Amino acid sequence: MINYGLSRLSNMLASKQISSVELTQLFLERIQRYNPSTNAFITLNEAASLEAAAQADARLAVGDAAPLTGIPIAHKDIFCTEGWRTTCGSKMLENFIAPYDAHIITQCKQAGMVSLGKTNMDEFAMGSSNETSYFGAVSNPWDLVAVPGGSSGGSAVAVAARLAPAATGSDTGGSIRQPAALTGITGLKPTYGVVSRYGMIAFASSLDQAGPMAKSAEDCALLMNVLAGFDARDSTSLERQTEDYTRLLDQPLAGLKIGLPQEFFAAGLSDEVARSVEAALDEYRKLGAQTVEISLPNSSLSIPVYYVLAPAEASTNLSRFDGVRYGYRAPDYGDLDDMYEKTRAQGFGAEVKRRIMIGTYVLSHGYYDAYYLQAQKIRRLIAQDFTRAFTQCDVIMGPTTPETAFNRGEKTDDPVAMYLSDIYTIAVNLAGLPGMSIPCGLDHRNRPIGLQLIGNYFNEAHLLGVAHQFQQATDWHERMPDAFRG
Amino acid sequence: MSLNLQDVQRVAKLARIAVSDDEAQAYQQQINGIFALVTAMQAVDTEGIAPMAHAQDVHQRLREDLVTEYNQRTVFQALAPQAADGLYFVPQVID
Repeated sequence: MINYGLSRLSNMLASKQISSVELTQLFLERIQRYNPSTNAFITLNEAASLEAAAQADARLAVGDAAPLTGIPIAHKDIFCTEGWRTTCGSKMLENFIAPYDAHIITQCKQAGMVSLGKTNMDEFAMGSSNETSYFGAVSNPWDLVAVPGGSSGGSAVAVAARLAPAATGSDTGGSIRQPAALTGITGLKPTYGVVSRYGMIAFASSLDQAGPMAKSAEDCALLMNVLAGFDARDSTSLERQTEDYTRLLDQPLAGLKIGLPQEFFAAGLSDEVARSVEAALDEYRKLGAQTVEISLPNSSLSIPVYYVLAPAEASTNLSRFDGVRYGYRAPDYGDLDDMYEKTRAQGFGAEVKRRIMIGTYVLSHGYYDAYYLQAQKIRRLIAQDFTRAFTQCDVIMGPTTPETAFNRGEKTDDPVAMYLSDIYTIAVNLAGLPGMSIPCGLDHRNRPIGLQLIGNYFNEAHLLGVAHQFQQATDWHERMPDAFRG
Repeated sequence: MSLNLQDVQRVAKLARIAVSDDEAQAYQQQINGIFALVTAMQAVDTEGIAPMAHAQDVHQRLREDLVTEYNQRTVFQALAPQAADGLYFVPQVID
């Protein structure tokens, strides 16, 4: 049952083959059993989970159920969840009990979904390996010495190890897609503005976007029907008509034009990842798609641009952590400035402090034009590359990451090497486009490989259909790590 | 572009983060590594390109000037490291 998709679980709930309480108990037991080795969850509240499940069962009993009523879901600990500890992976928020729900948490609750707990993540979503969490690193279930990717590493592992049927994540530079690729699951970063940021602890507000992580594109489509929607409380939320993200799942691929950016298949890409991506593209050709070579000439600038813009936004967003209104405060201090400085020095981890300092520098007097403004201009050039590319193709494909999961500790001393893990994902955030990662192979160490699919603005339903057709013809998305089968 | 130790300490001060001399040296090395990466940007000709802040180039929505929030002081102050009688406590600022 742990491998069943959401619609099958939903059917079982509707036909009373299983109750939500039983389903929730099944996953809570798996979490109890496997969390010690994976560290995927930071906070559990079994009583609250089972209470929500009982309420879902009551809804199911009176015929008041929505499509995902009674389905358990794990939430990244970046989403404020009323009455639950919400840490964002930081000592700064170690004891923070959120006083309200993030928009997507409200959406999940209204849909009758059951929260299984809060998943581990890189501190304030800054990281690509889940090693910057104050609550410890997360292990990749395919090989416990390997990282799961980040920053949504706990959510990715919860799904990959079948500790949850689905999870929420957030993606600022690849934080849904990169861990999805490294753990062999399916993840979608929607178009910027489609899912409300309200109650999602801010990292880089012009890039942050929440999205679903699950075993298949079909499950992600069902979850998007719950997560997406206008919310006046997020000033960048887009007012659009409600859509059914499952509507194009069965659309055949004949005539589909797939653009292959030459820059994504150049130096730096590992042979094994390249081979699996090529094999996936062959599968797409068999399904009737054509491939065309395209170019995203400014994509090599996406990492430099990102590491100016994201830290700049982070330095302002994280200025709210001052030890006054909530969160950590240093135990000993002198005057007010000393209190701020010690609180922030002790409450933030090294990567967060590094990025705050970079951001503070690029926004400081005399450097604003040379760094921040220049980065915003190049951001437009990067976005224009995609606009041009989409006149030649319907969807863009390539690897999600240059290599498969690396070992813990391998890149922790070299921030620049770590940043390069997101070389293929960051441009999508800068442009604000939707992007997915779906599993397409395993390397010689049995570590998963991800195929990235990038769509034009608001083409999530199409993208999900293109991914679903691949998953109908292949079984990579059904693979799971052997050690977690029992 | 590279930062010297004084630059790092000045930035840490602006960011209100206490750093020891040893930490400042480590940050200097790492931040300069990141700036080496960022340098690639400087050579790009962006003459006439408008800065992009948001993917959809949308404008801020305005709303009616109505009270939409209710007073949750007690709830919010329960989260504060030090608060009492409706006040947040900080070290004395004015002598």
